[in-house]
Amino acid sequence: MAAIELSNIEKRFGGHAALAGVDLTIGAGEFVALVGPSGSGKTTLLKTINGLSEPDAGEVRIAGEDTADQPGHLLRRRIGYVFQEIGLFPHLTVAENIGVTPRLLGWDKARISGRVDELLDLVALPQEVAGRGSSELSGGQRQRVGVARALAAEPKIMLMDEPFGALDPLTRDALGGDYRALHDKLGLTTVMVTHDMAEAVLLADRIVVLAGGRILADGAPAELLASTTDPEVRALLEAPRRQAERLRQRLGGAA
Amino acid sequence: MNERIAQAFALLADYLAWHVVLSASALVLGVLISLPLAVAASRSPRLRWPVLAFAGLIQTIPSLALLALFYPVLLGLSAASQAVLGKGFSALGFPPSLLALTLYSMLPILRTATTGILGVDPAVREAADGVGMTPRQRLFQVELPLAMPVIMAGVRTAAVWTIGAATLSTPVGQTSLGNYIFAGLQTENWVFVLFGCAASAALAMVVDQLLGLIETGAARRRRGLVVAGAALLALGALAAMSPLAAFGKPASYVVGAKNFSEQYILAELMAERLEAAGARVSRKEDLGSAVAYRALAAGELDVYVDYSGTLWTNVLKRQDNPGRPAVLAELTTELKKRDGVVVLGSLGFENAYAFAMRADRARALGITSLADLARQAPRLTLGSDLEFLSRPEWKAVDAAYDFHFKAERSFQPTFMYRALSGGEADVISAFSSDGRIAADKLVVLSDPKGALPPYDAVILVSPKRAGDARLLDALQPLVGSISVEAMRAANYNVDRDRGKLSPAQAARALEPSK
Repeated sequence: MAAIELSNIEKRFGGHAALAGVDLTIGAGEFVALVGPSGSGKTTLLKTINGLSEPDAGEVRIAGEDTADQPGHLLRRRIGYVFQEIGLFPHLTVAENIGVTPRLLGWDKARISGRVDELLDLVALPQEVAGRGSSELSGGQRQRVGVARALAAEPKIMLMDEPFGALDPLTRDALGGDYRALHDKLGLTTVMVTHDMAEAVLLADRIVVLAGGRILADGAPAELLASTTDPEVRALLEAPRRQAERLRQRLGGAA
Repeated sequence: MNERIAQAFALLADYLAWHVVLSASALVLGVLISLPLAVAASRSPRLRWPVLAFAGLIQTIPSLALLALFYPVLLGLSAASQAVLGKGFSALGFPPSLLALTLYSMLPILRTATTGILGVDPAVREAADGVGMTPRQRLFQVELPLAMPVIMAGVRTAAVWTIGAATLSTPVGQTSLGNYIFAGLQTENWVFVLFGCAASAALAMVVDQLLGLIETGAARRRRGLVVAGAALLALGALAAMSPLAAFGKPASYVVGAKNFSEQYILAELMAERLEAAGARVSRKEDLGSAVAYRALAAGELDVYVDYSGTLWTNVLKRQDNPGRPAVLAELTTELKKRDGVVVLGSLGFENAYAFAMRADRARALGITSLADLARQAPRLTLGSDLEFLSRPEWKAVDAAYDFHFKAERSFQPTFMYRALSGGEADVISAFSSDGRIAADKLVVLSDPKGALPPYDAVILVSPKRAGDARLLDALQPLVGSISVEAMRAANYNVDRDRGKLSPAQAARALEPSK
């Protein structure tokens, strides 16, 4: 059974169509990158999966169940959500931030605190940050807490909206790699919105290209590059390679 | 001086207790109403504008007027409730004060809470939704805790405003620290005025500091500070209110007084006689003229002294003047028939409106009567008390003599006499029993056309006490027992600048047994 099934999703904001009839099926264990220019509808599509955005038409199924049948907040407790601004609760400690969804689900204290310890290890944060406020952390540490918070209630699905976009290149590279390892280790299904093609090609198994609220292309990175006839998609997919070549030229072949 | 401070301290427990009860209830009620309203306003831009505009509008109404406006509103509501439920409630004292102060406290809380909630970082709000909070969980676990420091700043402002404005509840019959200020202003007891200001300011500062402790605690996320601040506030409020538990039992009689010295003295005289007869008495002072009669007719006051001319023109709406005994006789039957109010009898003196001038000035201008005054009026300034120019008596006199003064100015009675001696007014609407007429060497102008009605001081008893033997027996001896000279002397003892007596002390000289 597919982990996520979107059929014929439509969404309008005023007169503008953000999503115009999107069909997308994502299998369990896949790592999918949603790419496309600004305003192409990728964030709206991501938020449609966990009900943060309600479609005007169409159907969303998670593990076979129609999401229209259940309250959105219950759905979101089962799906991890990470976004660029992170949104750590400034009035809570790191441990309380990570434990928030388990607490909403009514886990007992011992189980929550055990889970928090486990997650700090998992996202490679030292145990002593547990009691700190979020303002005392670096940007990279904060997003590690964000990932830990999303994973706390043991979701099967992770939704990520440009999760590493605001980080410096080194931190970004490290976090991306670490997350991909977690995805494999925990057997997650991940949908990640990114505008960075290199990140998409490096991390994802499958790339979905959106433009004007429609899916323009969908496939594994290499296969997509080989098969596409759309000049826009081609330009997008070739961007990392072009960039790498230019870099090599300017650095005199040392890279 | 020391004696007056001692007098002030003796009243402090009662006044402070009521002041705290009133401002604390208004503030709590204000928070309870404003917070949900602010939450709604922060959710809906369509609601936000009208809610904030309404609260802002309330704030532009002078607080004294707001308090005064609630009296007729509550009187109407009480009558409606009497008709529908068979049970009315008091329109005087606590209810109008509480309502007005509650409304007054709302703006700062509404404003800060709305901006506080709207000011929560959108990313944090999105995260709250993303981790699976319901809208209610998001509000209580994220938005309100984060907005709390801002909200507390609004609560602090509201607390300081409310405590200050609560001093204005005295004229609608609610005891507060304002009693010092209003009574002090009327009797020129500046020690009382200062004492009232200082007590109210000190209370406001202490409350502000304790709320500040809670605000700091909320901002630094230190639960200990919040708990300490809240506990100190609660303890302080309880301690301040504790005297009320002792006074707790409702007084059996309520004696009313309008807002000038003679009224305070006569209220004390009646109250002490009732207390001597073993009754529990409370006093409602500084009432407006119309408020006092309506409160008596409604049974919120049991007894007070009014003047036959006032009742004649304001209550019975009569313009004619059939003479002193006829006015008194007709009032006695008419008030009984109309409202069930008992006119127990005249105290024996008149406190009439009397036009008075400085003796030297009157002689220089050759004025001895109101007819002379009318001829010279275009060159003269009339000084009056705050209500005279809007009273029917003034309309009657003006119609009879056709005055055209150069200017007409209103003063507090105390300042009216000052204005006359200082030359800011040439003629004033004085009161014939006022001790200052003799003391300041004023001449009272004659009224050849008989346009001003007689003003016998009469004891009025509420309908529900009409058959109360204890009250009637205690007050009956006062009828016919006070001469205008005795009253002037008593008034002057309270009004003069040096060696002032308190109204209670001055009242003792009027005891019929002495």
